[in-house]
Amino acid sequence: MIVLFFTILLAGIASVLSWMAYRRGGATFSKALNDARGQFMHLLPRLLIGILGSGFLAHLMPKETVLAWFGPNSGISGTMLATLAGALTPGGPVVGYALGAAAIKAGADLSQVMAYVTAWSLLTFNRMITWEIPSMPGRLVLVRVIVSLPFPFLAAWLTVLFRG
Amino acid sequence: MSSAPQTSKGRLIAYLKRVDWGLLIVASLSFGAALHVLLHEGLQVWTEIFADDFWLFLSILPKVALGCLIGSLVRLLIARETIERFIGEGSGLMGLLLAGLIGMLFPAGPFTIFPLAVVLMASGADRGAAIAFISAWLLVGVNRAIIWEMPFFGTGFVLFRFLISLPMPILLGLFARLPVFDRICPPGSLREDEP
Repeated sequence: MIVLFFTILLAGIASVLSWMAYRRGGATFSKALNDARGQFMHLLPRLLIGILGSGFLAHLMPKETVLAWFGPNSGISGTMLATLAGALTPGGPVVGYALGAAAIKAGADLSQVMAYVTAWSLLTFNRMITWEIPSMPGRLVLVRVIVSLPFPFLAAWLTVLFRG
Repeated sequence: MSSAPQTSKGRLIAYLKRVDWGLLIVASLSFGAALHVLLHEGLQVWTEIFADDFWLFLSILPKVALGCLIGSLVRLLIARETIERFIGEGSGLMGLLLAGLIGMLFPAGPFTIFPLAVVLMASGADRGAAIAFISAWLLVGVNRAIIWEMPFFGTGFVLFRFLISLPMPILLGLFARLPVFDRICPPGSLREDEP
């Protein structure tokens, strides 16, 4: 139900924006369509590989290990491991989500997966080296990393708190 | 002969930089796992897993297509200059909120977002606003979540993660503004780092 609602909402937003672009001129609209098609074709194989792969990976992930390291009783050491794993997971938009989804299927606790995704989003070394350090002042990157360190733990704690 | 730098080493480095390593890792893990399941557990188990996930893949395609369309429309409709104008000097908490909001809604890849943060700083945004902007894009980027995260985790997970992550960019910006960090990143020092 919520999925259908969300798809309709997206379609609504896309229609409004398309109308705005169309009023600016047909060229703007057709350029947007072109860009969107290019991005979609770029995503398609990546999503296909990632989604199919995460299914097979989840099937193969050693359930006992995942449960022991990241399961409901893994506590703060599980969060620390999840944070470290997140920082070490390569950037790019697929890897972290694919592994996180596989870990949930294999029995990892929601709070640890939240910590993992948060750490991967904020702190992945790979993205830092490829994009952030080359394009931004090093001192700003350093401040950003320092203030970001507690946040995977905050995410895990908030998940436990809200889940009740 | 600087006009012909195509040594084999140069070509190799250029090639290695172009390779999408993330995809390569995912692809090898995926193919390895699929092959392992096929060889050790037989065709029936393999087909079951494949059918489940292929159905999932098909069902998310409309959302992915809409996400792409919205992303490119927003990019074309909102000029970068407009965004720069809104995070001026002395923006206070409002500046953090605004920076976070822009980061959340701005559809872009890492190749756009970090240079854009530098532009924001050059036009007066402080380190707090810059970090709020980057963190919002990283943590609660709407475009990213629709296109990439929902297919893997489902809508419920993503909405819950958004709920707990929404305040984080503002908090990160506030922390970054603490005077302790003046020693690492003095106020005004970012203005000189022109893009």
